[in-house]
Amino acid sequence: MSDIVLKTENLTKRYGGVHALEGADFELRKGEHVAIMGDNGAGKSTFVRQITGVEQRTDGKVWFDGKEVNFAGPIEAREAGIETVFQNLALADDLDVPSNLFLGREKVLFNLGPFSILDRKYMRKATEAALVRTAVKIPNLNNTIRHMSGGQRQCVAIARTATFASKLIIMDEPTAALGVQETAQVENIIRTLKANGEPLILISHNMRQVFDLVDRIVVFRRGKIVANLRKQDTDGNDIVAYITGSKTGEAALAA
Amino acid sequence: MNAIRATCVHLDAFRKSVPVFGPMRPEEKNLAQTSHGVGGLSYDAKKRAWPAEFNVFLALIILVGAFELIGRVFLGDSFLFNTRDNVDAIFNEARLQIIILQVSIVGIIAIGVTQVIITGGIDLSSGSIVGATAMIAMSFAQVATVNGNPNPKAMFLAQGWTDLPVIVPLIVAIGCGLLAGLTNGLLIAYTRIPPFIATLGMMVTARGIAKWWSKGQPISFPTDSFAAIGKGLMPVIIFISLAILFQLILSYTKYGKHCYAIGSNEDAARMSGINVKNHKILVYAIAGILASLAAVVLCSKNLTAQAGMGVMYELDAIAMAVIGGVSLSGGRGSIIGTVIGSLIFGVIISGFTFLRLDAYYQEMVKGVIIVGAVVLDQWRQRQRAIGA
Ligand SMILES: Nc1ncnc2c1ncn2[C@@H]1O[C@H](COP(=O)(O)OP(=O)(O)OP(=O)(O)O)[C@@H](O)[C@H]1O
Ligand SMILES: [Mg+2]
Repeated sequence: MSDIVLKTENLTKRYGGVHALEGADFELRKGEHVAIMGDNGAGKSTFVRQITGVEQRTDGKVWFDGKEVNFAGPIEAREAGIETVFQNLALADDLDVPSNLFLGREKVLFNLGPFSILDRKYMRKATEAALVRTAVKIPNLNNTIRHMSGGQRQCVAIARTATFASKLIIMDEPTAALGVQETAQVENIIRTLKANGEPLILISHNMRQVFDLVDRIVVFRRGKIVANLRKQDTDGNDIVAYITGSKTGEAALAA
Repeated sequence: MNAIRATCVHLDAFRKSVPVFGPMRPEEKNLAQTSHGVGGLSYDAKKRAWPAEFNVFLALIILVGAFELIGRVFLGDSFLFNTRDNVDAIFNEARLQIIILQVSIVGIIAIGVTQVIITGGIDLSSGSIVGATAMIAMSFAQVATVNGNPNPKAMFLAQGWTDLPVIVPLIVAIGCGLLAGLTNGLLIAYTRIPPFIATLGMMVTARGIAKWWSKGQPISFPTDSFAAIGKGLMPVIIFISLAILFQLILSYTKYGKHCYAIGSNEDAARMSGINVKNHKILVYAIAGILASLAAVVLCSKNLTAQAGMGVMYELDAIAMAVIGGVSLSGGRGSIIGTVIGSLIFGVIISGFTFLRLDAYYQEMVKGVIIVGAVVLDQWRQRQRAIGA
């Protein structure tokens, strides 16, 4: 139990009559990188939203970092050490890169409550360092997010999760809409996280990427986990069979 | 390039080997395009956008130039420069003073309205808050005797609340503005009423309070210390000081950052841990206080308070902000922009007087300016959407 970072038991979410997530049992160990795959609407993002407290689950239990947790909101989850890149990027378009990296957790020079003076120099330096560390290239930090390409936005969102010390990073389709080199960049960030022993849940539709990056693949289909396979025990065709439902079976879950 | 092509081939082969894998993902589409030699990196991001304030300032200069030209050609008089031989000055200082003096009171309101609009809201109640606050504050700023007789306007003569130190009406005024602003903020944060409706309600209610307070009677005879607040160029000094203060707050504090964050993406702000509700309450409270300060300056300057004071000020204030580059859809703008916007407003009004056009025309043109500013804002939005 001690090396388990995240564990869910019977995690269930229904939206009225829609069974978006049904009895998901999931485990993530220290330093492990796990991919979640599945067709559109399979319940992957729903799973993330239940773990990170963005929504309140219908049923089930979640343990994080050795304790049972009931996050009331994304901030609590973040404070507990879960950093998330949500599918719809949570960036403020009219702010520049440092402001977005530190949004909601600004470094202040003098604490005057809401009127606390920002330590802009520090935040800028830290942003530069974070971008160097994650090898993200942004031509001008003063540019607002609005003036950036989709790939650059994504990189900012990812750099944000990688900047702050965390115990778990979740990325929901971080390379959707990215070009070749941006995708490569994001994948490098993920490799760096792996090298640093930081656990990660990666949601992706990109088979090559998943096989390149992670240790284990979990497949969702119609709200249920239908496969949980170590990378070396499977291949692309096998995973696709689970995704499309042409292959099912309890055997796959016994990994 | 070769490396890219290599990956492409690899992926193409991969796609073929996988029988059913849904439609092409966007990243693969990108890949397909890059393989035709478009190039992978899209780091040609535009340079930092031209500051909107600069355009507004340019507009101000062009406007002044236009009035100068028209004046020289049709009236043989200068709009901007001193033409009197007996006065030793380069500029027509009297006109410059009037331009800024006549906008400074609404300008104080516009400072608060700017912050509200940056967070993606709107405040229609400021003009009425001016009316109500002016009445209430003035009644606490009365002298006891006028020309040796008891002050006929002093509402609290019997209680002996006359000749009070200036701090009393000032605190009363700020209290009124705070109360109205808090009510706006609480309504908007906790019931999901759109700001437009919530502040419209306050607009009507506060105007009612202004009329009810002295049953429609104007209140005059303030103490000398109260009258000093709005004397001479004091309104200008107060306006500029508040503008500098709040520009600094917007640029350098957490509060300022969160204003822009909420205005550009409220969900993102919430997800990032900003207490959006509290922030909105604070923003509307500040706007209320600024409106009440405008009320103090106004009734002090006029030496009287009337229930009809501040009618339509809310629209003038919104117009100043929008002319100054504050975007009605939130997330963009600055106090500096609003100050320049207010000067444009002042120049237009003074310019019309200078051209000896009737006051009716001024009203009509003001309407055109307000609508024009909003159209301009919409146009800027579209440009942004296309550019993005
Ligand atoms: N707020 C909601 N209300 C009702 N139904 C919802 C809601 N959110 C998600 N759903 C439904 O739940 C199911 C799972 O959605 P989810 O977003 O988890 O899919 P996903 O696996 O992340 O898909 P994608 O690959 O397209 O991102 C879908 O059928 C979706 O329509
Ligand atoms: Mg999803």
